Amino acid sequence: MRARLKMETIKLTIDNKQVEVEKGTTILNAARKMGIDIPTLCHMHLHDLNIENKPGGCRICVVEVHGRRNLSPACITKCDDGAVIRTHTPRVLNARRTVMEFILSDHPKDCLICPKSGHCDLQDMANRLGIREIPGQEIAEMSTYRKDTSPSIIRELDKCIMCRRCEMMCNEVQTVGALSAVNRGFMAVVAPAFEQNLEYSPCTYCGQCVAVCPTGALTEVDHTREVLRAIVDPTKTVVVQTAPAVRAALGEEFGMKPGTLVTGKLVAALKELGFDFVFDTDFAADLTIMEEGTELLTRVGKFLKGDKDANIPILTSCCPGWVNFFEHNFPDLKDVPSTAKSPQQMFGAIAKTYFADKINVRRQDMVVVSIMPCLAKKYESQRPEFAVDGNPDVDFSISTRELAHFIRQANIDFNNLPDMDFDRPLGESSGAGVIFGNTGGVIEAAVRTAYELHTGKKLSRLDFDELRGMEGVRQATIDFGGFPLNIGIAHGLGNARKLLDEVRAGRSKFHAIEVMACPGGCIGGGGQPLHHGDSSILKARAKAIYEEDKNKPIRVSHENPYIIQLYKEFLGEPNSEKAHHLLHTHYFDRKAKIIIKQ
Amino acid sequence: MSSIKIELRQQDVDKINEICDSFNNDPVELINVLHKTQEHFGYLPAEVQEVIADKMNIATARVYGVVTFYSFFTMTPKGKHPISICMGTACYVRGAEKVLDEFKKELAIQVGQTTGDGKFSLSSLRCVGACGLAPVVLVGDKTYGRVAPDDVKAILKEYE
Ligand code: SF4
Ligand code: SF4
Ligand code: SF4
Ligand code: FES
Repeated sequence: MRARLKMETIKLTIDNKQVEVEKGTTILNAARKMGIDIPTLCHMHLHDLNIENKPGGCRICVVEVHGRRNLSPACITKCDDGAVIRTHTPRVLNARRTVMEFILSDHPKDCLICPKSGHCDLQDMANRLGIREIPGQEIAEMSTYRKDTSPSIIRELDKCIMCRRCEMMCNEVQTVGALSAVNRGFMAVVAPAFEQNLEYSPCTYCGQCVAVCPTGALTEVDHTREVLRAIVDPTKTVVVQTAPAVRAALGEEFGMKPGTLVTGKLVAALKELGFDFVFDTDFAADLTIMEEGTELLTRVGKFLKGDKDANIPILTSCCPGWVNFFEHNFPDLKDVPSTAKSPQQMFGAIAKTYFADKINVRRQDMVVVSIMPCLAKKYESQRPEFAVDGNPDVDFSISTRELAHFIRQANIDFNNLPDMDFDRPLGESSGAGVIFGNTGGVIEAAVRTAYELHTGKKLSRLDFDELRGMEGVRQATIDFGGFPLNIGIAHGLGNARKLLDEVRAGRSKFHAIEVMACPGGCIGGGGQPLHHGDSSILKARAKAIYEEDKNKPIRVSHENPYIIQLYKEFLGEPNSEKAHHLLHTHYFDRKAKIIIKQ
Repeated sequence: MSSIKIELRQQDVDKINEICDSFNNDPVELINVLHKTQEHFGYLPAEVQEVIADKMNIATARVYGVVTFYSFFTMTPKGKHPISICMGTACYVRGAEKVLDEFKKELAIQVGQTTGDGKFSLSSLRCVGACGLAPVVLVGDKTYGRVAPDDVKAILKEYE
């Protein structure tokens, strides 16, 4: 064993208190360690995910360092041994106000109708610093950048404060490169190449830029208005499905502790809002496992027989952000992922056929709404291949945040709602369906079912701890009745790229790989309640999801009685022709082409 | 899907690739690659930036970010008669800015732009070392000294 290196530490004084920190610590971190809250705007640090943004640009975090003439930004200045620092002197307060007034001078005063209002870091900061007027704003030139609306995301760059968090997320974490800081001075914005609309960039709609934007510059397209209209329309039967990650996060919007499960209240709220049937996307997650798990077994079976067309590894395909990513970046590998649709789309396809027939409603009279932690699902639901004669399988996809707004609008006392249960048949699910919300959860659910179907034996333990955790890339080998199945897991698209590069080079040792676009998986999705830079919230949500799984009487997908019934009454076998027609899809090459003049 | 459809000739693409290769396709050399490419084409249209991004494995948005950050890169082709106005101290003091304003007004373009007919483009220069003649204007290779705003119309007329 290697001896642990002793850290070199230094001593300094912050606000008259002594503190000892590791050499290289920033003033901000030293102060936070002591419970001193220095305000920040551009800086963001998601410790558990190893993600940090520190451009040192906004200067809200300035502090006074004894012996230095100028104030220093705490987020990028390292502590010196023996330094004496004061964080809230009158001079500091004055400087912070001036900085804030400057930032606000060309910022639209749109708070009344801004989608970020109430959750906006800039608004909070203006309040915290007591800004009541903005000197010189009559003469300030206001930026007038056009509004860009894509299927999932709205960019309103007049509200951009150039913190560049979105750029960091899109380039460093996701390695998508859809956004970059462009132009300079007053014209500077974060934009796609040639300042085109996001729709024409390689954007995956993962929404991670939206999740970290401190202002209303990046927000989701709001579909609650359309949903309300559908509910009001007496000719429509409105069916709603809710994704696993929603129940582990929605409570935060109503002041509950992160990690509080609100499944029962969520169902009650949706009934109160007037949805005709309240179902669970987890049901469709179980269905996904039946289809994807069967595909996995078929491919691995071929592989074991030495078939060259076995097409190993199989990649999961339930994350639409991930699907967009490989369509743009790895179109040469587009036959490698499973062809199974995402649970959202499987649900829509079954609701508008099997269930519509059952309740005798015509397809055009049924509206399917999904509540998702995800912004990529908005785009996914609008893909033309997921519609029949122009009628989409999923009509509207709204985020956890949009649902919270909707609940507040309806004056529902969420915290005091009774717990209610999902409707049947599409509301029953196993614990395997629930863990889809966490990184590693889809492959764990698939392993549970594939193992039992392959070996004919019951698993003695269902918790695969080796597949869980927050490291960006994980791997595990599971004994599949004598065959060691190598599993890879990546969350965050930059991590996915690493595994895909290996597959492309023919060096991958994995038989199955799970990818989720968002760091942490869907619990950290672009449509979830904002974490405001606190990654412990994501961990609490992940824990809640595993808890929900544990509490379920049924924990493997193939034992869900309504899934068994669905195959018996309607689909036949997993991967049957009918199942293929309704539950599987194909992928497209979306890489930008360089066209050469002949 | 990207709507940018690139229409370059094969020889242009080859030239860009050659420049990128000469810098080992190293992303830290992007600015030098852009310089060399602009030297060759005279400007950096979107299509050229896409090829560079693809070849060097850099996000196109990032390439565009660099092109728009540095004022010496341009995305518009120079006019047939490129006009440059010296903004060095001597010229500035003797009213170069008024001369520049007059050109802007007459041509109805800003610095860095080209007229719709492709005839004239406008740029400003650092000191050209002809301070005795300040303010100095260059049109193509020809130098005009002691230019006053009133001379602008006549200068332009020479190129009609
Ligand atoms: S949604 Fe994701 S891919 Fe698109 S710009 Fe934002 S971070 Fe980049
Ligand atoms: S769009 Fe939002 S996250 Fe991106 S730089 Fe502007 S304010 Fe920051
Ligand atoms: S990880 Fe989940 S929330 Fe994120 S893009 Fe994928 S499906 Fe959506
Ligand atoms: S938070 Fe430190 S400079 Fe912005």
